[in-house]
Amino acid sequence: MIRFLSVAAFLVALFIGVPVLITLTGRWDFYYTLTSVALLSIGSAGVWLTFYIGRINIGQGAYALVGGYVAAVLITKLGFNFWATLPLAGLFCAALAVLIGLPILRLRGVYFSMVTLVLTEVARLSALALPVTNGARGITSIPLPGEVSLFGITLLPDFATLENPKLAFYLMAVTLMCLAYLVLWRITRSRLGHLFRSLQQNEDLAASIGVNIAFLRVLAYAISSFMGGIAGAGFVVISQSIYPSSFQVADSVNFILNCFLGGLGFVFGPMLGTLVLYFGWSLLFAAAKYQMLIYSTLLIAAMLVVPNGLLSLPAMLRGKGGEK
Amino acid sequence: MSPILQIRHVTKRFDGLVANNDISFEVGEREILSVIGPNGAGKSTLFKMISSFLRTTSGEVLFRGARISNLSPHAVARKGVVRTFQETTIFRSMTVRENVIVAHHLRARASLAGFFFGSSAARADEAAFAASADEIIGFLGLGAIADELASNLPQGHLRALGMAIGLATNPTVLLLDEPFAGMNHDETMRMVALVRRLRDERGITVLLVEHDMPAVMKISDRIVVLNFGEKIAEGTPAEIQANERVIEAYLGSEDAAIGM
Repeated sequence: MIRFLSVAAFLVALFIGVPVLITLTGRWDFYYTLTSVALLSIGSAGVWLTFYIGRINIGQGAYALVGGYVAAVLITKLGFNFWATLPLAGLFCAALAVLIGLPILRLRGVYFSMVTLVLTEVARLSALALPVTNGARGITSIPLPGEVSLFGITLLPDFATLENPKLAFYLMAVTLMCLAYLVLWRITRSRLGHLFRSLQQNEDLAASIGVNIAFLRVLAYAISSFMGGIAGAGFVVISQSIYPSSFQVADSVNFILNCFLGGLGFVFGPMLGTLVLYFGWSLLFAAAKYQMLIYSTLLIAAMLVVPNGLLSLPAMLRGKGGEK
Repeated sequence: MSPILQIRHVTKRFDGLVANNDISFEVGEREILSVIGPNGAGKSTLFKMISSFLRTTSGEVLFRGARISNLSPHAVARKGVVRTFQETTIFRSMTVRENVIVAHHLRARASLAGFFFGSSAARADEAAFAASADEIIGFLGLGAIADELASNLPQGHLRALGMAIGLATNPTVLLLDEPFAGMNHDETMRMVALVRRLRDERGITVLLVEHDMPAVMKISDRIVVLNFGEKIAEGTPAEIQANERVIEAYLGSEDAAIGM
């Protein structure tokens, strides 16, 4: 009951509270910030899932970039509606993740992480070199999402006709975020999540009880990359442009940090981590050249004080610190 | 006694080092067979090849006439040949009950998507796993610690947990990796009784790899002795105790304590 109420309160705050607050305060720029946070937290959710099978994935930036380009190319070159490209971008990334994951998921620990780190750079260089991506000039002037209708009934309006497309983008992003975390939550609560956890803890033992570890690893990685692709495609359409530098190694690292900061033991850790990290960085903008210094000091402090993430704070304060 | 497991001319070479050379023997249905030998005799290598954790260089392992060597480990488990590990190999940050429940994987009838969406088949599976896990936990006397985190358990219980994980897969043949290692006399005797019950009460065929001579002599129907990667003897405990090549192998090595 308490859980149901807190979820309801969270949804009300997200879909009603925030728009009302923004209208009252007139801080329209927050829509863009919060839309970004929501989209990035979808990417972080994917990274969190690869943690769940015991892999540190520093390659989410690659999938975000690929997803972004898939959406951009389909919209500008083939005239697709954005809403159709969104799942296609995710599926393309998932398929790519199967191909890439089959060999590299055999690696563990730092070796896997190193390869994924390289992936982001490979994605960036590919975007520079491939003819379809238009090189360093990127793809710009991407149209806003078009109308979606079924039997003549408009399900989603054409964003270009809206008075307030910023609000529409915000609602789109938080809806996608809620879906992503619903999937994540459901995975961890179901047997699928228990099997993922068994991989995290001991792959040999998992194989000995009949678990097809190669299949499950690839499955988790594909879901993770699907989320990365969705995040990337969402970003492309709000910024109406994409460049090879849209997602870089630093972004891949940020996806990881979001998970660490929020807490690897908590499904909603990456969401909170993304919010705090994104806002923390923006707030420190006032510190000008000391921005990075203060930011990194705070991050180091956070990892020392709350090594299990911000969501472990309540339990720590109740005096159960140190345990998961 | 019809053979359930046949090891046929199995050889394993690692870059010129011959770990197992042309090993052949058979395990009968509901038999308890032990593979023994001094350190470095190739017991573990053989064990891993039977469970497909290692590929054979040549030769094959048959289960009820079908080849199970050079598959993947989960495929062998699926057929009903399940290995256990030594005590550190458990799902450490799960409770005892969670360890046993997750190990019921092979008994699942619902698909992974079914589990994700909570289908009725999935819920039936979950209920069946929970009941079966409690039964196994009771069988192995782990009831009092069922909700403890596995990483908090003492060694003796870890061994029992490893066995519980193996039992949860509903094996036809259970491969036990040094089940008595590091145990004192009383613990060993309890484990010997337990392994007997696996066979007598659950009809499981047991193949074990072990160092502890007195325990092996007590528990085994038959024994296979390896030395330097070769099979040097096979027979009942009485035959093995009287076998000159076996005595020589043991007395000639640092493992002089053959315990007879």
